[in-house]
Amino acid sequence: MITIKNLYKKYDNVTVLNDINIKVFDNEVFGLLGPNGAGKTTLIHILATLIKPTAGTATVNGYDIIKNPSEVRSSIGIVFQAPSSDDMLSGYENLKLHSLLYAVPKELREKRISEVLELVGLTNRKDDQVKKYSGGMRRRLEIARGLLHKPTVIFLDEPTLGLDPSSREVMWKYINRLVKDEKITLILTTHYMEEADFLCDRIGIIDKGMIIALDSPTQLKEGLGGEVIEMELAKKKYVDKENIDRLLKQCNFVRKVDLDTKKGSLLIYVDDASHNLPAILKILNNTNSTEVESVELRSPTLNDVFLKFAQRHITRKQGHDDEDDDNDSEGGFMERYAQYGNK
Amino acid sequence: MMIMILKGGLWKDMLNMETNNKWIELELVKLYAIWLREFKVFLREKSRLIASTFTPLLWLFVIGEGFGATTDLFGTARFAADTNIGYQQFIFPGIICMSVIFTSVFFGSYIIWDRKFDFLKSVMVAPVSRTTIFLGKAFGGMTTSLIQAAILLIVGFVIGIHYTPLSMVFIVIIILLLSFTLTSLGLTLGSHMESLEGFQLIVSFVVFPLFFLSGALFPLDNLPTWLSILTTLDPVTYAVGALREVMLGITGINSFAMNIGVLLLSAVSLGTVGVLSFRRMRAV
Ligand SMILES: Nc1ncnc2c1ncn2[C@@H]1O[C@H](COP(=O)(O)OP(=O)(O)O)[C@@H](O)[C@H]1O
Ligand SMILES: [Mg+2]
Repeated sequence: MITIKNLYKKYDNVTVLNDINIKVFDNEVFGLLGPNGAGKTTLIHILATLIKPTAGTATVNGYDIIKNPSEVRSSIGIVFQAPSSDDMLSGYENLKLHSLLYAVPKELREKRISEVLELVGLTNRKDDQVKKYSGGMRRRLEIARGLLHKPTVIFLDEPTLGLDPSSREVMWKYINRLVKDEKITLILTTHYMEEADFLCDRIGIIDKGMIIALDSPTQLKEGLGGEVIEMELAKKKYVDKENIDRLLKQCNFVRKVDLDTKKGSLLIYVDDASHNLPAILKILNNTNSTEVESVELRSPTLNDVFLKFAQRHITRKQGHDDEDDDNDSEGGFMERYAQYGNK
Repeated sequence: MMIMILKGGLWKDMLNMETNNKWIELELVKLYAIWLREFKVFLREKSRLIASTFTPLLWLFVIGEGFGATTDLFGTARFAADTNIGYQQFIFPGIICMSVIFTSVFFGSYIIWDRKFDFLKSVMVAPVSRTTIFLGKAFGGMTTSLIQAAILLIVGFVIGIHYTPLSMVFIVIIILLLSFTLTSLGLTLGSHMESLEGFQLIVSFVVFPLFFLSGALFPLDNLPTWLSILTTLDPVTYAVGALREVMLGITGINSFAMNIGVLLLSAVSLGTVGVLSFRRMRAV
């Protein structure tokens, strides 16, 4: 079990983690979901005792990260965001090295190494130097390494970052198998919503160092309520944002309206979309200020959840609508990530 | 030194003998693991091995034979007056030390690569004490330095150096002491450096001065004061002096005991500084 209490991390004047409080239960898959720079890696590093928090503390498996760092280190496995195995050594040699560093009992070493190699599907490549591995194989080797000493808690920092879609699915498969086969508590970070949705029992959404929502993926999505109507508006035509906002919000079945005049996109969160869509189209038509080009009905995604909470969070913090900041968060993970995409 | 090293971290456990023995046993296994990794990487990086053998050989044969041919340049020096040792033999101990300087200091500063590729982070997140990490690396550096030096020692036969079993023992001890000192220096520098740019500075401001100021290439008898102060401060001076005495029978300005004593002192002090730097080193 992991308990994080009032945890802060500041670098000079920048607050990277701001009052984090999380409880992660045994045998749970917990996801930290947030855009780049949200503070996910920093939080993982603090829990793994590699960085000291500025204030607050946490316990991992009952050990305090500040008072008992070496007990914490013995009981956790961690897979860093970037592969950290030695290129010059083979996969097997890397595992052997870490089995010694983690004091895996001599009689169990070889057996355990074969087990984890098998689990991540690297048995037949174990004697190749790691520099000959593909990106996906390296990640899997890291996971194998993290599991060697049978830790009860495993941290995976962006386990599928930079993998192509098919390797990502393979990785998801391994992670799922791992959760089933080994009795562990898994904390993973990601900025891919589908990943968090697919893998996690509960998700903490983190933005700018704060946990802005925390629940199971289903609850988070249901909390938004109803469905999403996504419309594309004709770009040429003038859009009377104020009027549309006001009229739509008057309807009792509309929960939230998100109109971006620049992009010509309109998101409406509604109850019972299929019955209420005609009414909405009628309202839009009556304003005479826009033209709907396409309509899509869908269930809310975690992206919608993020948009809702991130926006509320920003509005609450600043007390007014800061245009730039709003756009920033309204872009959602993927778009914000795109800025860093090729780094 | 052991006391210095064990103090801090697990001092409390020292009271409990059983835990203590178990702990030491496990730390030794971890130390072995870190050493083994260094050794394997060394064996696989052929370019390192070749590069650091080639330069000393170049010095030994080009500078050694070149200056050696100009007899009147060194005709007045004491070493040549009462023995029949040539310049090439005279600089041979210095060339051994050169190899140790290059190998050890560079070995230590390769920790910057470990950090750059996150390998260091994976070691530091394991339940291993920083002292163990340091010593594992230092022993790795000593091993590689010794192997490099052994290659040169074999070349020593060719240029007429005579070894006895006793001199071999002393030669190995001197090389190990010097390489521990200099690997510690390299590790200390590496632990404070963030980028690879600093690496070039090490070459210019550490490696070359250590070599040139050691009296590897000239006798220390008649130096100007400023130079003799600098040579006194260079730990390599004492290794060169001790090796010269063991290999060639030339006693320099320092006695053998003095040379070994200063080497021991440097090894202990730089080892301690290294351990402390590792303790303070940021993990991320
Ligand atoms: N050593 C550091 N000094 C200053 N700022 C840092 C340092 N490490 C991380 N940060 C900042 O902390 C923020 C969170 O970083 P990180 O935890 O890596 O985010 P994530 O993993 O969610 O992408 C970023 O804005 C980053 O620039
Ligand atoms: Mg990160």
